[in-house]
Amino acid sequence: MTREEYFNALIERHGKEAQEKFSNAAVGIAGLGGLGSNIAFFLARLGIGKLVLADFDRVDVTNLNRQQYRVADLGRYKAEALKEQLLGINPYCVYETHSVKLTEENIPEIFSECDIICEAFDKADQKAMITETVLSDMKNVILVSGSGMAGTDSANKITTRKVMSRFYLCGDEKSDIADGCGLMAPRVAVCAAHQATAVMKLILGQSPV
Amino acid sequence: MVKINGQPAEAAGKTVAQIVEEQGLNVQRVAVELNGDIVKRSDFDKVVVKEDDSMEIVNFVGGG
Repeated sequence: MTREEYFNALIERHGKEAQEKFSNAAVGIAGLGGLGSNIAFFLARLGIGKLVLADFDRVDVTNLNRQQYRVADLGRYKAEALKEQLLGINPYCVYETHSVKLTEENIPEIFSECDIICEAFDKADQKAMITETVLSDMKNVILVSGSGMAGTDSANKITTRKVMSRFYLCGDEKSDIADGCGLMAPRVAVCAAHQATAVMKLILGQSPV
Repeated sequence: MVKINGQPAEAAGKTVAQIVEEQGLNVQRVAVELNGDIVKRSDFDKVVVKEDDSMEIVNFVGGG
Protein backbone atom coordinates (compact mmCIF):
# COMPACT_ATOMS: atom_id res chain seq x y z
CA MET A 1 0.00 0.00 0.00
CA THR A 2 1.36 3.38 -0.96
CA ARG A 3 0.97 6.73 0.74
CA GLU A 4 -1.24 7.80 -2.16
CA GLU A 5 -3.51 4.79 -1.75
CA TYR A 6 -3.83 5.48 1.98
CA PHE A 7 -4.74 9.12 1.45
CA ASN A 8 -7.17 8.25 -1.34
CA ALA A 9 -8.95 5.98 1.12
CA LEU A 10 -9.15 8.84 3.66
CA ILE A 11 -10.38 11.22 0.96
CA GLU A 12 -13.04 8.70 -0.03
CA ARG A 13 -14.31 8.73 3.56
CA HIS A 14 -13.79 12.35 4.57
CA GLY A 15 -13.90 14.30 1.31
CA LYS A 16 -10.96 16.03 -0.35
CA GLU A 17 -11.45 19.45 1.22
CA ALA A 18 -11.77 18.08 4.75
CA GLN A 19 -8.76 15.81 4.31
CA GLU A 20 -6.59 18.69 3.17
CA LYS A 21 -7.52 20.64 6.29
CA PHE A 22 -6.79 17.61 8.50
CA SER A 23 -3.42 17.06 6.81
CA ASN A 24 -2.40 20.68 7.37
CA ALA A 25 -3.30 20.72 11.06
CA ALA A 26 -1.02 20.24 14.08
CA VAL A 27 -2.66 19.21 17.35
CA GLY A 28 -1.10 18.78 20.78
CA ILE A 29 -2.24 16.24 23.35
CA ALA A 30 -1.17 17.00 26.92
CA GLY A 31 -1.39 13.75 28.86
CA LEU A 32 -1.66 10.33 27.25
CA GLY A 33 -3.88 8.49 29.70
CA GLY A 34 -7.54 7.64 29.44
CA LEU A 35 -8.41 10.80 27.58
CA GLY A 36 -5.19 11.45 25.69
CA SER A 37 -4.57 7.97 24.32
CA ASN A 38 -8.14 7.76 23.03
CA ILE A 39 -8.01 11.26 21.53
CA ALA A 40 -4.75 10.30 19.77
CA PHE A 41 -6.35 7.24 18.15
CA PHE A 42 -9.26 9.34 16.84
CA LEU A 43 -7.03 12.08 15.46
CA ALA A 44 -4.62 9.62 13.82
CA ARG A 45 -7.54 7.96 12.08
CA LEU A 46 -8.74 11.37 10.84
CA GLY A 47 -5.28 11.85 9.35
CA ILE A 48 -4.29 14.94 11.33
CA GLY A 49 -0.94 15.99 9.84
CA LYS A 50 1.00 16.32 13.08
CA LEU A 51 0.32 15.15 16.62
CA VAL A 52 2.51 16.37 19.48
CA LEU A 53 2.17 13.77 22.24
CA ALA A 54 3.41 14.52 25.77
CA ASP A 55 3.30 12.48 28.97
CA PHE A 56 6.06 11.75 31.52
CA ASP A 57 4.53 8.48 32.63
CA ARG A 58 5.04 4.78 31.89
CA VAL A 59 2.30 2.23 31.20
CA ASP A 60 1.01 0.51 34.35
CA VAL A 61 -1.37 -2.44 34.65
CA THR A 62 -3.94 -0.14 36.30
CA ASN A 63 -4.05 1.88 33.06
CA LEU A 64 -5.30 -1.01 30.91
CA ASN A 65 -8.90 -0.70 32.07
CA ARG A 66 -9.35 2.44 29.92
CA GLN A 67 -6.17 3.57 28.22
CA GLN A 68 -5.10 2.51 24.73
CA TYR A 69 -2.16 0.36 25.76
CA ARG A 70 -1.52 -3.39 25.71
CA VAL A 71 -0.02 -5.89 28.16
CA ALA A 72 3.11 -5.88 26.01
CA ASP A 73 3.46 -2.12 26.68
CA LEU A 74 3.73 -2.44 30.48
CA GLY A 75 6.70 -0.45 31.79
CA ARG A 76 7.23 1.46 28.54
CA TYR A 77 6.95 5.22 28.25
CA LYS A 78 3.35 6.00 27.22
CA ALA A 79 4.48 8.38 24.48
CA GLU A 80 6.61 5.67 22.86
CA ALA A 81 4.05 2.88 23.21
CA LEU A 82 1.31 5.11 21.82
CA LYS A 83 3.39 6.30 18.87
CA GLU A 84 4.14 2.71 17.89
CA GLN A 85 0.45 1.84 17.80
CA LEU A 86 -0.48 5.02 15.96
CA LEU A 87 2.13 4.32 13.27
CA GLY A 88 0.46 0.97 12.77
CA ILE A 89 -2.88 2.71 12.20
CA ASN A 90 -1.74 5.73 10.17
CA PRO A 91 1.92 5.63 9.15
CA TYR A 92 1.67 9.00 7.41
CA CYS A 93 1.01 11.34 10.35
CA VAL A 94 3.99 12.94 12.05
CA TYR A 95 4.08 11.90 15.72
CA GLU A 96 6.34 14.02 17.89
CA THR A 97 6.76 12.54 21.37
CA HIS A 98 7.88 14.11 24.65
CA SER A 99 8.33 11.88 27.70
CA VAL A 100 8.54 14.83 30.08
CA LYS A 101 6.43 16.35 32.82
CA LEU A 102 4.56 19.31 31.39
CA THR A 103 4.92 22.60 33.26
CA GLU A 104 3.96 26.24 32.65
CA GLU A 105 7.57 26.75 31.52
CA ASN A 106 7.79 24.05 28.83
CA ILE A 107 4.20 23.92 27.54
CA PRO A 108 4.54 26.89 25.15
CA GLU A 109 7.74 25.45 23.71
CA ILE A 110 6.62 21.83 23.39
CA PHE A 111 3.34 22.76 21.72
CA SER A 112 4.70 25.75 19.78
CA GLU A 113 3.56 24.35 16.39
CA CYS A 114 0.06 23.40 17.50
CA ASP A 115 -3.12 25.21 16.48
CA ILE A 116 -5.16 23.32 19.04
CA ILE A 117 -4.17 21.62 22.31
CA CYS A 118 -6.19 18.90 24.06
CA GLU A 119 -5.91 18.97 27.84
CA ALA A 120 -5.91 15.32 28.89
CA PHE A 121 -4.41 15.36 32.37
CA ASP A 122 -5.61 13.40 35.37
CA LYS A 123 -5.30 15.98 38.14
CA ALA A 124 -7.56 18.99 38.53
CA ASP A 125 -4.74 21.36 39.46
CA GLN A 126 -2.82 20.37 36.32
CA LYS A 127 -5.92 21.06 34.23
CA ALA A 128 -6.09 24.51 35.80
CA MET A 129 -2.37 25.08 35.21
CA ILE A 130 -2.40 24.30 31.50
CA THR A 131 -5.56 26.34 30.97
CA GLU A 132 -3.93 29.40 32.51
CA THR A 133 -0.68 28.84 30.58
CA VAL A 134 -2.29 28.33 27.16
CA LEU A 135 -4.80 31.16 27.49
CA SER A 136 -2.19 33.61 28.88
CA ASP A 137 0.95 32.70 26.96
CA MET A 138 -0.16 31.09 23.68
CA LYS A 139 -2.34 33.72 22.11
CA ASN A 140 -3.68 31.99 19.00
CA VAL A 141 -4.05 28.48 20.35
CA ILE A 142 -7.40 26.94 21.21
CA LEU A 143 -7.63 24.65 24.23
CA VAL A 144 -10.06 21.71 24.44
CA SER A 145 -10.21 20.33 27.97
CA GLY A 146 -11.80 17.31 29.61
CA SER A 147 -13.27 17.54 33.11
CA GLY A 148 -15.76 15.18 34.73
CA MET A 149 -16.02 11.69 33.32
CA ALA A 150 -15.59 9.40 36.31
CA GLY A 151 -18.17 6.88 37.48
CA THR A 152 -21.02 5.15 35.75
CA ASP A 153 -23.52 7.94 35.26
CA SER A 154 -25.22 8.33 31.89
CA ALA A 155 -23.07 9.06 28.86
CA ASN A 156 -25.72 11.65 27.96
CA LYS A 157 -24.44 13.91 30.72
CA ILE A 158 -21.14 14.40 28.92
CA THR A 159 -21.28 17.58 26.87
CA THR A 160 -19.08 20.04 24.99
CA ARG A 161 -19.35 23.64 26.13
CA LYS A 162 -17.71 26.81 24.90
CA VAL A 163 -16.60 28.58 28.06
CA MET A 164 -14.23 31.27 26.75
CA SER A 165 -13.31 32.48 23.28
CA ARG A 166 -10.41 29.99 23.02
CA PHE A 167 -11.53 27.39 25.56
CA TYR A 168 -13.91 24.46 25.16
CA LEU A 169 -14.78 22.14 28.03
CA CYS A 170 -15.91 18.54 27.52
CA GLY A 171 -17.22 16.25 30.25
CA ASP A 172 -20.00 16.35 32.81
CA GLU A 173 -17.96 18.91 34.77
CA LYS A 174 -18.69 17.28 38.11
CA SER A 175 -17.88 13.56 38.36
CA ASP A 176 -14.61 13.60 40.28
CA ILE A 177 -12.36 10.63 41.02
CA ALA A 178 -11.91 12.19 44.46
CA ASP A 179 -15.49 11.19 45.26
CA GLY A 180 -14.48 7.55 44.92
CA CYS A 181 -15.84 7.10 41.39
CA GLY A 182 -13.60 5.02 39.19
CA LEU A 183 -12.71 5.82 35.62
CA MET A 184 -14.53 3.43 33.29
CA ALA A 185 -13.43 2.79 29.71
CA PRO A 186 -16.55 3.66 27.74
CA ARG A 187 -17.45 6.81 29.66
CA VAL A 188 -13.88 8.14 29.52
CA ALA A 189 -13.89 7.43 25.79
CA VAL A 190 -17.14 9.39 25.38
CA CYS A 191 -15.38 12.43 26.86
CA ALA A 192 -12.31 11.80 24.68
CA ALA A 193 -14.57 11.53 21.62
CA HIS A 194 -16.18 14.85 22.53
CA GLN A 195 -12.73 16.41 22.62
CA ALA A 196 -11.66 14.81 19.33
CA THR A 197 -14.94 15.90 17.71
CA ALA A 198 -14.39 19.48 18.88
CA VAL A 199 -10.87 19.37 17.40
CA MET A 200 -12.24 18.00 14.13
CA LYS A 201 -14.88 20.71 13.88
CA LEU A 202 -12.41 23.49 14.70
CA ILE A 203 -10.06 22.27 11.95
CA LEU A 204 -12.95 22.20 9.50
CA GLY A 205 -13.79 25.80 10.39
CA GLN A 206 -16.97 24.83 12.26
CA SER A 207 -18.02 25.77 15.75
CA PRO A 208 -17.81 22.75 18.07
CA VAL A 209 -21.05 23.71 19.81
CA MET B 1 -24.35 43.44 39.86
CA VAL B 2 -21.56 41.22 38.57
CA LYS B 3 -22.28 38.35 36.22
CA ILE B 4 -20.66 35.07 37.32
CA ASN B 5 -21.11 32.13 34.93
CA GLY B 6 -24.10 33.90 33.45
CA GLN B 7 -25.83 34.52 36.79
CA PRO B 8 -26.09 37.88 38.55
CA ALA B 9 -24.16 38.09 41.81
CA GLU B 10 -23.33 40.64 44.47
CA ALA B 11 -19.57 40.58 44.06
CA ALA B 12 -18.44 44.09 43.14
CA GLY B 13 -15.51 45.22 45.26
CA LYS B 14 -14.28 41.71 46.02
CA THR B 15 -11.05 40.19 44.74
CA VAL B 16 -11.10 37.21 42.40
CA ALA B 17 -9.57 35.12 45.24
CA GLN B 18 -12.39 36.09 47.59
CA ILE B 19 -15.07 35.25 45.04
CA VAL B 20 -13.52 31.86 44.27
CA GLU B 21 -13.23 30.99 47.95
CA GLU B 22 -16.77 32.17 48.72
CA GLN B 23 -18.02 29.77 46.05
CA GLY B 24 -16.33 26.98 48.02
CA LEU B 25 -13.76 26.39 45.29
CA ASN B 26 -10.03 25.68 45.45
CA VAL B 27 -7.97 28.41 43.75
CA GLN B 28 -5.55 25.72 42.49
CA ARG B 29 -8.30 23.96 40.56
CA VAL B 30 -10.05 26.82 38.76
CA ALA B 31 -9.60 28.93 35.66
CA VAL B 32 -11.02 32.45 35.76
CA GLU B 33 -11.85 34.77 32.91
CA LEU B 34 -12.79 38.38 33.64
CA ASN B 35 -14.33 40.50 30.87
CA GLY B 36 -12.88 38.20 28.22
CA ASP B 37 -9.34 37.92 29.60
CA ILE B 38 -7.83 35.07 31.60
CA VAL B 39 -6.80 36.06 35.14
CA LYS B 40 -3.53 34.47 36.32
CA ARG B 41 -3.57 32.71 39.67
CA SER B 42 -0.80 35.03 40.88
CA ASP B 43 -3.19 37.97 40.32
CA PHE B 44 -6.23 36.46 42.07
CA ASP B 45 -5.50 38.46 45.25
CA LYS B 46 -4.90 41.70 43.35
CA VAL B 47 -7.70 41.86 40.80
CA VAL B 48 -10.81 43.55 42.18
CA VAL B 49 -14.09 42.87 40.41
CA LYS B 50 -16.19 45.92 39.50
CA GLU B 51 -19.88 46.59 38.90
CA ASP B 52 -21.10 45.18 35.53
CA ASP B 53 -18.03 42.93 35.20
CA SER B 54 -18.56 39.49 33.69
CA MET B 55 -16.70 36.46 35.07
CA GLU B 56 -16.42 32.84 34.04
CA ILE B 57 -15.14 30.45 36.68
CA VAL B 58 -14.33 26.91 35.57
CA ASN B 59 -13.96 24.39 38.39
CA PHE B 60 -11.91 21.40 37.23
CA VAL B 61 -12.47 17.94 38.69
CA GLY B 62 -10.05 15.04 38.70
CA GLY B 63 -9.95 12.18 36.26
CA GLY B 64 -8.60 11.57 32.78
